[in-house]
Amino acid sequence: MSASVTSFTSSDSYAARKERRKTIAYGVFFLFVAILIFWLFASNSEGGVISTMKLNPVTKAKIIRVPDLKLPTLATMIIFGVITALIGFYQVIRGFKNVYLWLGIVALMFVFTFLVWATRGKSINLLGILTFAVAAASPIAFGALSGVMCERSGVINIAIEGIMLAAAMMAVIVASMTDSQWLGLVAAILTGGLLGAFLAILSIRFMVDQIIGGVAINIFALGITSFISQRFLQPIPGLNSGGVFKRIPIPGLSQIPIIGPVFFNHTPIIYILFLLVIAIHFMLWYTKWGLRTRAVGEHPRAADTLGINVYLVRYVNVIIGGMIAGIGGAYFTIGSVGRFDENITAGKGFIGLAAMIFGKWTAVGGFAASLLFGFSDALQAKLQILGKVQVPIPSEWLLVIPYVVTMIVLAGVVGRTVPPAADGQPYEKQ
Amino acid sequence: MTESDVSNSSPDPKSTESLAQEFRSTRVRDAVLVPILAVFTGLLIGAIIIVITDSTVIDAWRHFFDDPGGALLATWNSIRVAYGALISGSLGIVEIWQGLQALLHGQGGAALGQAMIPLAESMTQSVPYIFAGLAVALGFQGGLFNIGGEGQLLVGALSSVYVGYAVTGLPWFLHLPLALIAGLIGAGIWGAIPGLLKAYTGGHEVINTIMMNWIIISLSAWLLKVGGPMSRGKLPITPEVLPTAQIPQMFATQGNRFHWGFFLALIVAALVWWLLYRTTLGFEIRMLGANPKAARYSGINVKRLYVIVMTMSAMLAGMAGSVQTLAVDRWVGLGFSGGLGFDAIALALLGKSHPLGVVLAAILFGTLRNGATRMQSVARVPIDIITIVQALVIVFIAAPAIVRWIFHLRTEGEAAGPIFTKGWGS
Repeated sequence: MSASVTSFTSSDSYAARKERRKTIAYGVFFLFVAILIFWLFASNSEGGVISTMKLNPVTKAKIIRVPDLKLPTLATMIIFGVITALIGFYQVIRGFKNVYLWLGIVALMFVFTFLVWATRGKSINLLGILTFAVAAASPIAFGALSGVMCERSGVINIAIEGIMLAAAMMAVIVASMTDSQWLGLVAAILTGGLLGAFLAILSIRFMVDQIIGGVAINIFALGITSFISQRFLQPIPGLNSGGVFKRIPIPGLSQIPIIGPVFFNHTPIIYILFLLVIAIHFMLWYTKWGLRTRAVGEHPRAADTLGINVYLVRYVNVIIGGMIAGIGGAYFTIGSVGRFDENITAGKGFIGLAAMIFGKWTAVGGFAASLLFGFSDALQAKLQILGKVQVPIPSEWLLVIPYVVTMIVLAGVVGRTVPPAADGQPYEKQ
Repeated sequence: MTESDVSNSSPDPKSTESLAQEFRSTRVRDAVLVPILAVFTGLLIGAIIIVITDSTVIDAWRHFFDDPGGALLATWNSIRVAYGALISGSLGIVEIWQGLQALLHGQGGAALGQAMIPLAESMTQSVPYIFAGLAVALGFQGGLFNIGGEGQLLVGALSSVYVGYAVTGLPWFLHLPLALIAGLIGAGIWGAIPGLLKAYTGGHEVINTIMMNWIIISLSAWLLKVGGPMSRGKLPITPEVLPTAQIPQMFATQGNRFHWGFFLALIVAALVWWLLYRTTLGFEIRMLGANPKAARYSGINVKRLYVIVMTMSAMLAGMAGSVQTLAVDRWVGLGFSGGLGFDAIALALLGKSHPLGVVLAAILFGTLRNGATRMQSVARVPIDIITIVQALVIVFIAAPAIVRWIFHLRTEGEAAGPIFTKGWGS
């Protein structure tokens, strides 16, 4: 008996030691970030230089102005570096309860110091970066929402990328032909629904491996869009000029300083995204259909026993998921540049899946994760404008950031994620 | 298919004879008939897409009630011109026949040499397909889905080319192997990363390999841009590989690019077969693909195996890039890979992940792709039609029930395909 007790304690202390090692590892990482801040940024800056962050829109819209953020470059860096180092020391010695929160804070401080360093002696429109970040996040967020819809019901949708690509093209073609972006959006949604239905039939009716089915749809979309692009869009430029949705500032809300212009001065596609985030969150957690969806995604056999039509729930969710991805596709053409280019989606659909995982298969979490990806996109675009002298890093290297972040997220560095239990498993009625 | 191989290796005491016979018949049919019908159906749907996007045909059908024959004729012509160009551009059987007759009538072999070019070019284009198809097939056998062929072959090509132009003063028998090995190492490292992530963090290899593709595409844009580390003066391409590192082309005829890499590809395919079916490592790989749980319980180091499979798969994909650049292109430019990594998925599925099947599928698609180039210039049908056909082939192979339904085939037990959907890991 005593033997079993000792074995318990020893395994206990093993777990504790493992936990302790993890705590120290994070602390060392925080200290490393602090050293990076001093070594990369602070040592390259001079005293007396000011970094200016503008917080007002460039347009002369009638909103309440806020003063620009004028930060002494070197002092800011030293302060942030010291704070990061203190956080690191505390983590090594005592350990924070919620280490992921502090990881986020440290990452944020690092990015901010980087920005301050990059703008040394110059000014940058921080508001512009944030506004663009929300726009750049939107296709990723649509992808994440589409993934949430499908995977909560137990179907892995890796075809989001292809669905977006096909929808982007259909949107611009229909918008060009009818001169209406709204009809283009409808076409994108229908295209997304159609391809979603195709994936649903493959994975539910024919029980094709969902990854293979999704990849086939991706390749098909790549082929058919390139084909149509070369056959019609290039010889007939009139087919590839769908125009862009106009920005519609929301009265009242868009007047709020900083938040107003960042969130409430966008095209309708972005507002649809906000509504969808709320709607899907509500649907999943507060409606009968949401309960059924989650039941089917976690334990289809039990759900079936309770009289839930597993196939129906999966078909409906995957088709709706396809439609959502379709809206995300529309963003690429009629939501931003107004024309279609081959492979215009550039992997954003896959990044959307990573955002979904990062957001732990929830609508709100997926949206928040997309904002992170969108921010790295916006940052990259802005840094390119600042030029080589300010930021001596090739712009192509910065392009890599979202993809690297995706891989880090997938590696589960930022907390464990638990997918729906029956995610990816075909269901066969007995 | 892998599953049945593994389970079959344990002898079944009762009625082995008749069972085996029955199994063989369905298996042969599934392995031969379904792929053929899948390609046929894919080409058929491709023809429909060509026809309904052809403005002449659409015009003719607008006047269908005035001139029904004209509409049908226009449709037929559209298909005939497109697929006619496809066949003559890839095989050139008629020209070869004429060339042979010319040779027999003592008019010299020049015409024959000229006529052989389309066929030789088809074989030339098959070479990267064989390598890339083997890469995906090896991954499939081990239960890993490597969509990163696209990036891996770019890494392989860039590494080989770099050694090919930057290292000077070596004799060819050192320089050429060195360039090939550089490609192998580069691509191997590129593939080991998602392999390690899969093994030790559970990060799904499908997304990770795609992310790796985008990373190398961005980085190669930096390497190759004018003034970049690997650019050739004012051109956004690499310098030309030195003659000592080039894989020689076999024929002197102008425009015939057939090279020794074709035979290298066949040898590598044989090696992959030997590895998979004649070595312990190969058995472990197939077991991992058929049933990872069983593999783990039988004491196989699954994590190590994931890394090995991913690295070897990436090396094969890298060979596609290395051989293509050292033998044919002799330099690398932007957009080099052009969808080859995705084509490879269709090849592996079509070839049922068996090296022989992959080689045959690769030759078929190399031929199609080569013919499609002629089709693009003659019939103005974009080459992407082949991508569409490939996607359809993947669907039909993955869901043989669709093919059976179209052609009213009897169902005799479903052959289990490879399974990759195991959640997102972690």
